[in-house]
Amino acid sequence: MVYMPHPFVVILGKSVRYVARLRGGGSALPGLFVEKISPDFIKNTLAQLPHGVVVISGTNGKTTTTKMVVALLEAHGLKVFTNRTGSNFTRGVAAALLGDIDIKGNLDADIAVLELDEAHAVPFVKAVPPRYSLLLNVMRDQLDRFGEIDATAKMLEKIAIATTDTVVLNREDSRVLKIKDALTDQKVELFGLSDSLLPHFPSDDDMRDGSVKTVKRPDASVILKAYSGNKATYDLGGHEFSTTLKLNGIYNVFNGAAAIALAHAILGKDANTDSVISTIASVTPAFGRGEELQVGGQPLELVLVKNPSGFRLGLKSFSPEGYATMIAVNDNYADGRDMSWLWDVDFESLAGEGVAQVSGVRAYDMALRLQYDEVTINHIEPDLAGALRQFIDVNKDKPKRIYCTYTAMLALRKELSKITKVEVIS
Amino acid sequence: MSKQVITVLQLYPKDMNIYGDYGNLLVIQRRLEWYGYEPKVIHYNVGDTFPSDVDIIIGGGGQDSGQEVIHQDLINIGPKLKALAEKEVPMLLVCGLYQLFGNFFKTLDGKTLTGIGVLDVETHGTHERLIGNIVTNNEEFGDIIGYENHSGQTYLGKSAEPFATVVKGAGNNTRDGHEGARYKNVIGTYLHGSILPKNPLLADFLIHTAVTKKYGDFSTDIVDDLLADLARKVAEDRPR
Repeated sequence: MVYMPHPFVVILGKSVRYVARLRGGGSALPGLFVEKISPDFIKNTLAQLPHGVVVISGTNGKTTTTKMVVALLEAHGLKVFTNRTGSNFTRGVAAALLGDIDIKGNLDADIAVLELDEAHAVPFVKAVPPRYSLLLNVMRDQLDRFGEIDATAKMLEKIAIATTDTVVLNREDSRVLKIKDALTDQKVELFGLSDSLLPHFPSDDDMRDGSVKTVKRPDASVILKAYSGNKATYDLGGHEFSTTLKLNGIYNVFNGAAAIALAHAILGKDANTDSVISTIASVTPAFGRGEELQVGGQPLELVLVKNPSGFRLGLKSFSPEGYATMIAVNDNYADGRDMSWLWDVDFESLAGEGVAQVSGVRAYDMALRLQYDEVTINHIEPDLAGALRQFIDVNKDKPKRIYCTYTAMLALRKELSKITKVEVIS
Repeated sequence: MSKQVITVLQLYPKDMNIYGDYGNLLVIQRRLEWYGYEPKVIHYNVGDTFPSDVDIIIGGGGQDSGQEVIHQDLINIGPKLKALAEKEVPMLLVCGLYQLFGNFFKTLDGKTLTGIGVLDVETHGTHERLIGNIVTNNEEFGDIIGYENHSGQTYLGKSAEPFATVVKGAGNNTRDGHEGARYKNVIGTYLHGSILPKNPLLADFLIHTAVTKKYGDFSTDIVDDLLADLARKVAEDRPR
């Protein structure tokens, strides 16, 4: 293996990062470069941090939850390093590090909060054992990558076992809760939902069962008690707090409970409840996760959909009434190549208003899916840029919502940035 | 005049449901409606009473854990399914249930799950996952387009016919170049996608067989498959 002195690697990596950004996009490319020439780069750099490393993983909600955790820790005066881009492979972490370290390789931060994709987290935690981990859920995602959900749950278990201090688990996901039984040395904190909110979160197992059963679950330190409109009530250790949120969609609000539980585990006695609640209230959705843009004086929402549970929750969270709806489905590697998942989402709720535009590489697969739910489609245009233009032109006076897979979301944001203000994520 | 009823039984929707094979049920249901029949759907789960009157049977893939949950129940109803297969009832079994409709599934750690032997095939667990877009060809149905995702490899015995020849992808195993198995009107396959939406000829084979068997003739209505044709064209050329 080639060994290079640290500062040299840093300068090289930083140059690649600069060039990659000039070319536009490619947040993981410089990371790949550094990974190749100095495999210990991430490990050595993160080892400097006084409060250690936090890993957040699971199928859905990583990016939004990470954003909330970072905000909570910063509100308590910590300097946080994070991989903001949602580029949650090891390479993305290396790339983000390159942006934040000085030329000598020093990282000016107290703690690292990293979202990691399940499969990439396993080798990562082997090299860099996290002090804290938060495991959100195991849903059918890109099964073409991982094989089966039981296998994905095993990956999360490995992250938990590698954790040195506290593991935070979702007690409403039976596969995640079970990880508790594999832990002996770690502290475990749980977050959950009140019984009345459970029916909003049918798991893949309940999907064809029709009903969500309320079974007895262990006590949780943070519970999302109630949610309606944009008002949420959280129960923190027996005390209830209500607040108005900027987040859209009940799943994002539930991620708030996860973030609070993790922040509590990290901050311990230093956690200030007022500051926790006001911070959660002020967090805006992460890019493409219910993000709202303005186009021609009308709101346009981007809702990322990556898997059946996420798509079902999205359709349940946002009423189609009065909105023009577009669906954009790609099947690139990051989206998952298998289109089977579309058949596990029920689209009948869109039948009343119809779908204005269907787009993406797999536009016809999506349209075929809608045909079998007898949902009317106005236009089908696989080309995303053309479809977006037409969608905006035809629906000028209406608020708009686009459900999109990951790479479709990135492409649409890029197109939208030509006509409106879109926050740049680098 | 009341509509003619076709009873569709879905095997184990509760435990074998995670690969989108629900699409197959939906396609059969809707197309029956579009052809003017009344679909009656029975969700058969572990411990339910197996109905006496069934016209079409479908079943999908599941987790290894799901296969273990349903295994004993499937063995119990095996003789009934076998009798229905002999009576030429059309059936479509995908992935996990295709394997268990065979003679046995031998897992990597040496455990043998006995199948119900409707199809003369055997499956062996491997370390290699055969995964990706797949195109196969069957003389009767033309190109069949779907997505495969399995680590079990299936080998055909003497009395089983392969269902299709592999054009692109892996199929039953890494050696033989064929996909699925057929016995009378029972089709076992590894194709998800779901398989029926993008392969309407196959859907109509199951429907047509069931209807003519029960009522003698078939509807003259036509279903518009333009979107399926366009989706097929795109899928054919996507990387594996």
